[in-house]
This record gives sequence, C-alpha cells and structure tokens, in this order.
Amino acid sequence: MGHRVLITGLDTFWGGRMAQALEAKPDVEMILGLGTKEPKVPLERTEFVRSDQKYSILNRIVRATQVDTIVHTFLETNSSAVPSRVLHEINVIGTLNLLAAAGASGASVRKVIVKSSTHVYGAAEQDPAWFREEDTRTGPVRTRLERSLLEVESLVRDFTEDNPHLDVTVLRFANVLGTDIITPISYNLRKRVLPCVAGFDPLVQFVEEDDVVRALEFVTANRVPGVYNVAGDGKLPWSEVAAFGGAHLLPLPPVRPRTFAAPFERLGAIRFPPEMEGLARYGRGVDTSRLRRAGFAYRYTSAGAVLSYARANNLRRATGTSAPEYRYEQDVEQFFRHSPAVVRGVDT
Amino acid sequence: MDSDQGETAGRVHDGGHRSVPADPHPDDADFIEAVLRHAPADSAVRQSGTRIDRTDGTDHADRTDDDVDDVDPDEGADRPAAELTGATVSYLPVATRGNDPGSGTVDDPRRSDVDEWGRSEHMRSITRKLYDPMYRHWFRVEWDGLEKIPTTGGALLIANHAGAIPADAPAIMHGIETELERPVYGLADYFFRTLPVVGTLWSRNGGVPAHPDNAYRILHDQQQLALVFPEGTKATSKTYSDRYRLRRFGRGGFVEIAMRAGVPIIPIAVVGAEESMPILFRIPSVAKALKLPYFPVTANSLLLGPLGYVTYFPSKFKLRVLDPITFDVEPGSDRYSRSRVMDEAERIRAIMQDALHDMLRERRSIWFG
Repeated sequence: MGHRVLITGLDTFWGGRMAQALEAKPDVEMILGLGTKEPKVPLERTEFVRSDQKYSILNRIVRATQVDTIVHTFLETNSSAVPSRVLHEINVIGTLNLLAAAGASGASVRKVIVKSSTHVYGAAEQDPAWFREEDTRTGPVRTRLERSLLEVESLVRDFTEDNPHLDVTVLRFANVLGTDIITPISYNLRKRVLPCVAGFDPLVQFVEEDDVVRALEFVTANRVPGVYNVAGDGKLPWSEVAAFGGAHLLPLPPVRPRTFAAPFERLGAIRFPPEMEGLARYGRGVDTSRLRRAGFAYRYTSAGAVLSYARANNLRRATGTSAPEYRYEQDVEQFFRHSPAVVRGVDT
Repeated sequence: MDSDQGETAGRVHDGGHRSVPADPHPDDADFIEAVLRHAPADSAVRQSGTRIDRTDGTDHADRTDDDVDDVDPDEGADRPAAELTGATVSYLPVATRGNDPGSGTVDDPRRSDVDEWGRSEHMRSITRKLYDPMYRHWFRVEWDGLEKIPTTGGALLIANHAGAIPADAPAIMHGIETELERPVYGLADYFFRTLPVVGTLWSRNGGVPAHPDNAYRILHDQQQLALVFPEGTKATSKTYSDRYRLRRFGRGGFVEIAMRAGVPIIPIAVVGAEESMPILFRIPSVAKALKLPYFPVTANSLLLGPLGYVTYFPSKFKLRVLDPITFDVEPGSDRYSRSRVMDEAERIRAIMQDALHDMLRERRSIWFG
C-alpha cells in the first residue's frame, strides 16, 4: 500500500511546494492538504481541506483518512508576517492539536515531520561558529518567534518520548533564499536595501528553497527520526549578501537598532523583525553533517542560495512580473479530481 | 530596468566568477543569460553548477541547451530514495570535512574571500602591510626557534599575554604568517565580538571567539594553526608590578582541546609585551560603566593622554618558541581525566615560566633586548 500523507499549511509556500513534489511520487497514494486559505500552486491530485489555524478538526481528519505520514510545514518563522498572537496560535496551538491527533490511540500515523528553524539557536556573542543539533543556545530567549519555536520543539520532544513507535523528524532550516520565497531578507534585497547593524558584518548561512523541499522529501521517503539542521555549506558575510542582491546596506545604530528601523519598516522600505537583530549582529552557523551522514546531498551552498535568489530577482526586475498567478477554483478542482466524466491515469 | 545594457556586454565574461574586487552588478551577465534562454528563472538558477565560460556569443545558445539537458535528469522531485541513500557513500568524506566552503561537488560562488571564520586573506595582507613597519622597526621582533612551528598540520600555539591592549597577539600572528606563510587563527574572548567595527576588523584579521568547538574544527578538521592565551584577560589586566608572572592557565581547556584534536601544543614565550603598555592601576567603576572587562590606566596614557591607548612604548620583542608538547592519549574523546588535564596545564605553565625567567636573565635592556 502506498503512503497516505497529510500536509499542513498547503496554502503556504512550503506546503504547496511539498505537495507538488509528493504528487510526482508513485508510492504516495494519497495527499491531503490542510490550509487556512486556498492553495497558491496548481496541484494535480492533492485534496484540499480548509481549516482554521489551530487545526481543531485535525483529529477527525486523521481518523477518517487513515494517513500514515504527517508533514507539518505550517509553522510561521517570520514574525513580521503575522501578529504575535496569531504566531502563537499557529505555531504552538497548531502543533499541539496536530500532535494530539497523531498520538491519539488507534491513530494510523507512523511518521511525523516537523519543519522548524535554526532560530531556535538564537544568535549571541558566545555562540560557537557551528551549532550542532544537540547544542543549546547560549543567549537568552528574546523574541516571541524564538520562544514559540522552542515551545513547539519541546512539545515535539515530549511527543517523541511518549510515542516511541513513531518516527518523528524535526528539520531546523537556516534562513531560506531562493527563486520564489519571500522572507524578511529577500524582501529587503528586493527593495535594494538591506538593514545592518553599523560596525557589524556577521557571517550568515542560507539554504536554497529547492534544498528545503528536497530535504523534506528525503525525510518523508526515508526513515530518519531525530533532529536535523538543514543549511547550505559555508557562510558568507552580511555585506556580501547585499552585494549579491545588488542592495545597499542601511546601517542602523548598534544601540537599539530596531527603534531606528521602525519608521523605515512602517514605510514598507525594509523588514527588520526582532529575530533579525541578533542575526545581523552575530550571525549564525549550523553544522549539517548529521543530515549528510543520513544520506542527504545538497545542491546549493549558502552563497549558491544567495546567487539563486539574486538571479531570480534580476529576471523579475527585467521582466517586471513573476510567474503568472495561480487561482484555486474549488469547482474546477473538484471536477477534475472526482467527476466520473474525467478519465484518470491518462496524460491530459 | 536599471542595468545599463552597453556596460553589461563588456562584463559578460566576468559573470559569476569569483573575484575579490567587488563589481557592483556582475550578475547582470547571469540575468542576460537567463533572459536569452527564455527559461523560467529557477531552471536558469539551477545551472549555477555548470559554469559557462563563453568566448564568443555565437555558440552560446547551443551550449546552454546542452547544459539544460545535462542538468535535467539529475534534478527533480522524483529522485528515488534508493539513489539518495546511495549517495551516503560518496558523501561521507564531505561529512567529515564539515562545512568547508566549496567542499563536495556543489558550486560555491563567492564574491569575497572571507572564510567561514570571518578571516579574509585580502584584509590580512592589508593589515600585514600596515603593521610590518611596527613589527620591524618599532618592536624589532626577534624569533628564536621558529622552525619548531610546523609548516603543515594543526598545532595549538600558546603564549603569555601582556599589556593593557596586548601587542603580542598581532606580533605572533604577523611573524608566523610572513615567515611560514600560513594563516594563524587567534582565539580570544567573545567580548571582542560585541564591539562594533573592532569586532568585525578583529574577525577579518583572523580572530575567532574562543569556543571549544571552534578550536576543534580549526585544529582537527582543518589542520590549521590556532593561537590562544591560556591566561586570558587575567594576564592583560595585571599591573606592571606583576610582570612576567604567569597567571593561572584557565581551567586547562587548551590542553583538553589539543588532546581531543590530536595536535601538539607549542608554547611561545614572549618578552617585551609587558613593557609596551604597562598598567599602573585599574579603575573597576569605569570598567563597569563602560561594560569593559577592565579599565586600565597605563603609563602610556599618563604620558600621552587618550593617545596613549593606541601608542605602544618601543620595547624590544623577543619570542622564543619552545619544544612542542604532545600527549599520549586517544584523540577524539569527549572527556579526558581532569587531573591529567590540570597536571599538564600546570606543567606547561612551569615550562613557560622557566623560559621567561631564562630570557629575562639574558636581557640587558628593555628597549634594546
């Protein structure tokens, strides 16, 4: 029997990309996507269920569909995208409900994959140059995002202990850059202004969006329980990131940089969320050898990810538009998936 | 459209190549490539693995098409799991090499030569040029036993530390880099990292926060030279009356790191740094207010005012490299016997203290050696 996979956050970048990737796999029998909004990418056979941010209907869905794998991509790792209360609802309460459903007695779930972020390590002066998975952060938890992600990871840890028969994989992704994804850093580069803390030029690490999807696929296809860092090889200075993206550095004073960034942020000229301050001061690096040892091979280095972004951005600047917008039409999708009139299994 | 087409054409050959002098928009070449190909942005990007060295524009289209074909089968969501796990074998060496930039088969486009520790050879060469007169004519640095420092392989250099703003670290790093032509990473308190500008310059010049993991990577994984001052700030904050009296060697962490990394410890005894910026007394309240580890009042600052904090006395520097110390323990272990580590640290301290006394006995003048 093929895999039956549930993806959370189908309407987000990762959920959509992951569903697309899984659709191409013949051994994946059924893909079910949960989302608060309609998916933004064209999907062939993924079923879409609209839910609220807290996933309160998840328990019923898991029982009804008998999924064996849950890919939890609906974790917000960008605190400038949503208000802090929503951040907590999505990350902590959403994960809580998800794990409750996955661990319910008689549940068919065998594998849970959670997308986390290297933000859990924070960024402080006492940090090692490369964090390993078992290392703990050295600085205090200062931002809501980090707090919520740490809470999520502790929920997952407890869940792993309570359910030894399940394979639970946590992937901690470094800052993502790529052709399509919009993160605070790519937003800044697109605006051609990258805020920095004056006098600091830290080394940062990136992972390309294709490698993110490939890593998620890899852990879905293989049995690799545990926590893994996912990031491109090497690090590069903050100023070099700006140079790649053709952006100017906007130096913020080392004392209270966020206060000075606020008016620019209000104008929409830059994004400088709280979690970026530490990064812009001390940078961060994570050791990726554990995932490599498990058999994963990267396509991009950190600098490669930045270049990948820069090239896509150049194209966008030249042609003015990005890819044509996709619109999910409920009726059309239902027709193609379920109508007896459609001959399935034929290339259309 | 903000790229100047005419200008871009001239730059095409440089597109994507690693070059130190920063070109403001060399990616225009890549962008042109992508547009010419009429390819979606992401497939253009995936070719970053294949570097296209065009000599003229004519065969361009054919070659890119070939490249696309080369890339395609390798790419994609549906790469079977078996193939991925099969990659384990070929990637194992990469795993042990850690995060070396450019390791493995992936292309690593870079625009600066800043390495993963923040050191930039370009910056070092500028610093060396600026510092050389100081090294040669001000401190007149003289080495003894430089041949004991290996030209290949990792080694942990340790030295005594002195002077309010120590002049010994740059002298040792400069000396080894110019004489042996290999980089030295200076491990120091992470306090430097918190300082704007200073922290960045320190990092670009080979400064690395002293974290055991960092030291292990430099010494074991990359087989480089690392320099530490086991006394730490206890040595640089000591007053002139305590000169050439070695402080406690921390908790012996440096011994443990050398054992774990399986590299020798090479002690260097430095004479002269103590007199280059001697501390008369410290003002703890100012240090606290400025959040500094210590606030020294130096002889230099009494004579020259604030300028005294950037001006050294021209004391004669003599550096003696002592015999490398190796340990007959199994490298790679997480923990070593505490008593053994402390004993070794104390033994090394005694060796260095003896060497210092020996050198001071031979010294006739602070200024002329």
